[in-house]
Amino acid sequence: MALSDVTATARLASLWHNPAKRALVLQVMAVVFVAVFILWIANNVLDNLARLNIASGYGFLDQRAGFGVPTSLIEFTPESSYLRAFAVGILNTLLISMMGIVAATVLGFTMGVARLSSNWLIRTLATAYVEGLRNIPLLLQIFFWYFAVLGALPQPRQALSISDSVFLSNRGLVMPFPIPQDGFWLTPLVLIASIAAWFIYRRRMEDRDRLEGRKAHPRWVGPAIVVLPVLTIWLLTGGPLTWSIPQFQGFRFVGGFTVVPELVAVWFALSIYTGAFIAEAVRGGILAVDRGQTDAARAIGLTRRQTLRLVVIPQALRVITPPLTNQYLNLTKNSSLGAAVGYPELMNVSGTILNQTGQAVEVLAVTMAVYGSICLMIAMVMNKFNATVGIAER
Amino acid sequence: MSYSKFAVLAACAFVMVCGLATSSQAAKLDQIKARGFLRCGINGLLPGFSTPDDQGNFSGLDVDYCRALAAAVFGDATSAKFTPLTAKERFTALQSGEVDILSRNTTWILSRDASQGINFIGVTYYDGQGIMVKKELGIGSAKELDGATICINQGTTNELNLADFFRANGQKFTALTFEKPDEVVAAYAKGRCDAYTSDKSQLAAQRIKLPNQGDHVILPEVLSKEPLGPAVQHGDDQWFDIGKWVYYVLLNAEELGVTSKNVDEMRANSKNADVQRMLGAQGKLGEMLGLPADFGYQVIKQVGNYGEIFDRNLGPDTPIGLERGVNAQWNKGGLQYAPPMR
Repeated sequence: MALSDVTATARLASLWHNPAKRALVLQVMAVVFVAVFILWIANNVLDNLARLNIASGYGFLDQRAGFGVPTSLIEFTPESSYLRAFAVGILNTLLISMMGIVAATVLGFTMGVARLSSNWLIRTLATAYVEGLRNIPLLLQIFFWYFAVLGALPQPRQALSISDSVFLSNRGLVMPFPIPQDGFWLTPLVLIASIAAWFIYRRRMEDRDRLEGRKAHPRWVGPAIVVLPVLTIWLLTGGPLTWSIPQFQGFRFVGGFTVVPELVAVWFALSIYTGAFIAEAVRGGILAVDRGQTDAARAIGLTRRQTLRLVVIPQALRVITPPLTNQYLNLTKNSSLGAAVGYPELMNVSGTILNQTGQAVEVLAVTMAVYGSICLMIAMVMNKFNATVGIAER
Repeated sequence: MSYSKFAVLAACAFVMVCGLATSSQAAKLDQIKARGFLRCGINGLLPGFSTPDDQGNFSGLDVDYCRALAAAVFGDATSAKFTPLTAKERFTALQSGEVDILSRNTTWILSRDASQGINFIGVTYYDGQGIMVKKELGIGSAKELDGATICINQGTTNELNLADFFRANGQKFTALTFEKPDEVVAAYAKGRCDAYTSDKSQLAAQRIKLPNQGDHVILPEVLSKEPLGPAVQHGDDQWFDIGKWVYYVLLNAEELGVTSKNVDEMRANSKNADVQRMLGAQGKLGEMLGLPADFGYQVIKQVGNYGEIFDRNLGPDTPIGLERGVNAQWNKGGLQYAPPMR
């Protein structure tokens, strides 16, 4: 055997026997394997679509959708495109998720604290809420709110009304809606400017107070800086806001703003269900704060409320935030169950699009990408928040 | 792990990937025979077409077509297994081969036939879209529904037809779309919507689920043609032919007066060559399709002809109570017409 052959074999063997090189070889192989696998799947999909004569590509997005939705944040008619239909679904998903996150957080924190209350009744009620509602499937809760509770509301002709301008029926809650007229935009502009002025004024006064060691400025000046200019401009432009008052005509309420029962049912169910999980995370976070912290806070004369607000909660948040993020993500994904009661969120709308175009791969890819993006954004915001409540190391 | 073992493992992985990528599809009929039963996608929630009894056995027009197909392939109508599918799931289930045949009151339209990878084998029920409202509304025509909220089943042609109908009349409506028919019926029953639109046969069938059937009327307008029929995956002509000709056996048998009761006697004694060929007593029709020679006999013996199936599931003696109407044989003033079997 020639010397060069020996060194070549040795080099080859060193690819495996040298740990650093072996790691590199394994990683390259893993990457190649995953890449081949993905290519194979993509190739297979395209082959099968062609074999079965199924249309592919995203050309369908600008075609006429041809279906209607019961509620939408943007203008949508059956003449609109599939792309716009996706937008309707995405906005409705964002709306229900945000509403749900806010309500579930408020409910969850309240119930989590209530579970630790020294009052027997409050503690027991909170425990019953958590144990009862987190153990009932969410879909069932949505059906309960939709069919049993909101379905029991009167027909629109017999709607419950407040002074003939707010109506509650099984078609939803219909309320008067303000319609801005010419010149209305001046009012919010002045409002923002006045609030800015108030902040500057307050900063100045606080500085002066600190220097002089007393509170010198009258309390009413601050609010006056905001209220007076806004009121003046409002009256000068002639109160440029009219109200669209709902009226019952034929089959429906015309005018006003409608909150459909589908939205309310899904919102209630999502908030109450997720709130139960958040309550447990909150309780766990509070219990994780050492008992000595509370005792010390009480010893230096803080009240019960101050102890909770200034000592316990800030420390508990460190423990609460990661599971809270999970619950926010769960809530967002669970909002897809709204499709079951006809709430036109992304899952509902994309289901209809999928059926009409038959392009399952494309429609599902868009849907998954959207849910993925929304959840990643929530995770990003929550991670930022987590960093601010975390222990600041110096 | 030694060097050689690792090499073997890597080679195996590579071969596996390549092998999967080149695996080809066997003919559908062979796949079904090898499996030993037929997989049939149905609605499962629609009385008269496919609905379970208290034992969990399905019955209905769509179900009986699948039984006929199973009888043709295996000589045994019970070797069909049923998968209930929502309107939304149905095409994906057929495209992916999860079911061999989709017999689920599905409307035959060009875009489904041409771009969704499926082929319709025929029309088992000629239907039209209708609108049902509560009697108390005092409405006599669909054109009086301006501004109404209308409940619809998701993933149907009904959604599109409804928008077209209201656009043509220059009227507005609000669509409320549910994935499952039971939720549509519940929302309509609770008064969440003013009207419920679907194929007329479905309205008649779903009306059975409402507390007071007499309180609801189906308006006279027919919004669209809804030819309902079974479909198979695109690309297997043999299976497509079998699907078509099993259905034509059902129609031809009715036309020729062959029923499940007289089929034995007809096969033994009929002088009619059409009957003899259809039941496999003469000729090689079964062989041409890749089926047993007596497939026609098995279909009629075990399931009955189209007329028997219709009467049993949808006819005037059932709770649904539909007349034959346009679904009568061509020589009785209807549209059902099967090509000759020769």
